[in-house]
Amino acid sequence: MRPSTEPQPLSADVALAPDPIIRFQNVSKNWGANQVLKSLNFEVAPGEKVSIIGPSGSGKTTILRILMTLETPTEGLVTVDGDTLWDVTAGQKVRETKQLRETRRKIGMVFQQFNLFPHMTAMENIIEAPIHVLGMGKAEAKERAADLLNLVGLGKHMNHTPPQMSGGQQQRVAIARALAMRPKVLLFDEPTSALDPELIGEVLNVIRNLAHTTDMTMLMVTHEMRFAEEISDRVVMFDNGAAVESGPPAQIFKDPQQERTRTFLRAVLQH
Amino acid sequence: MIWDNNFAVSVFPLLLEGLWVTIQITLLGTLLAAVLGLFFAVLRRLAIPVLSPVVSFFVVFVRGTPLLVQAYCAFFVLPAYGVSFDAFTTGVVVIGVNYSAYMAEVYRSGIQGVPKGQWEAATALSLPGVRTWGRIILPQAVRTVVPMLGNYLIQMFKDSAVLSAITVVELMATAQAIGSSNFRYLEPLTMAALLFLAISYPASRLVNRLERRYAPQH
Repeated sequence: MRPSTEPQPLSADVALAPDPIIRFQNVSKNWGANQVLKSLNFEVAPGEKVSIIGPSGSGKTTILRILMTLETPTEGLVTVDGDTLWDVTAGQKVRETKQLRETRRKIGMVFQQFNLFPHMTAMENIIEAPIHVLGMGKAEAKERAADLLNLVGLGKHMNHTPPQMSGGQQQRVAIARALAMRPKVLLFDEPTSALDPELIGEVLNVIRNLAHTTDMTMLMVTHEMRFAEEISDRVVMFDNGAAVESGPPAQIFKDPQQERTRTFLRAVLQH
Repeated sequence: MIWDNNFAVSVFPLLLEGLWVTIQITLLGTLLAAVLGLFFAVLRRLAIPVLSPVVSFFVVFVRGTPLLVQAYCAFFVLPAYGVSFDAFTTGVVVIGVNYSAYMAEVYRSGIQGVPKGQWEAATALSLPGVRTWGRIILPQAVRTVVPMLGNYLIQMFKDSAVLSAITVVELMATAQAIGSSNFRYLEPLTMAALLFLAISYPASRLVNRLERRYAPQH
């Protein structure tokens, strides 16, 4: 990890905006001729709960996937908690570096399709990375996993495997699994889109609790507009590879400034 | 030629000895093929410069040449270059390496069948590559290919008869030897065929059951 050389603020009462925990600087992502992100500049403050909305194909999931290092930006700089995650100049061949691996550990992700390991129990899913990445003892990892399963309301399901659980239960285990790595930033990629309607509520409840009780930074791509409105500090509207509008949920949902936001919200809220 | 029951009974113990050698070749050969094939499949997938293409070429080469030719080369040609083992060892290695090329393909399909989301979850948890392969990907990949590996085991059991050509005294070679020294082929060859069938038929039934049990979980 790169030692921090930036001077620290002298006293807390000096009103300084905190350094962003996530910073995208001129980040582009191309798939062939298709430009998914267009020189994006985007910041998230520590502890901020941000929802990203917008039509499919607008590049919102790509932001999460670049942060989780599942995609490589074509160009641009991405820093997380002061450490460089990506620093790519156009045409450069990118390799996975130690710096990237260390920085990645600050980030966790909850996937649309849960992506639990189907051959492992809920407990085994959760303790795998704490033991083999963080080097935690097995007893401690199990104890913490049990606490996390209780937190998501699945204390009795620790020995169940994913095929024995409903989608909502699987997603809650997946959230517990991500939390077990104590990420500073937790990403949610449409966490309820693959769920049956009656199972969405239990997952949203867990996320809502997290949003209200932790100072973890949360970045969520979602189609649940009312939920985004309720838990977010800020909502960002994406379209066509760029942030169209960004603001507090009250403004975005009640008084959107951009025509594109208005038409999008009208379309999704109408059904 | 009329079936001579007394002759059949008298040579049966010899054939059983041959069958035991055939079974040993099959089990050892399958073990070698399963381990080597997995190794090849992972090496190809890792796309390591030079090494992975060499493995790919080796797999194509082995699959594209007859087992009999490979056995002859190993047994009659390699000794000229100082590589020499007894017939049994050579037989096991030749058939094991030969099948490893096929099993590498089987594993490859198994690895490809593991959903992309499993790799992504492993990345999101920062799991190291060795751990991802060993604990996440391969257990799921191997599980789905167990029935196919079983089919290859049965095929190897029968193919091992080819090794009689390099003087491995397995079931086929035993039957042949009994036939030529007594000028009676009917009994030993018929019994050899029935012994092959007595093992391979129940084994294929077992594989059918495995197929149901190891259906993919996704």
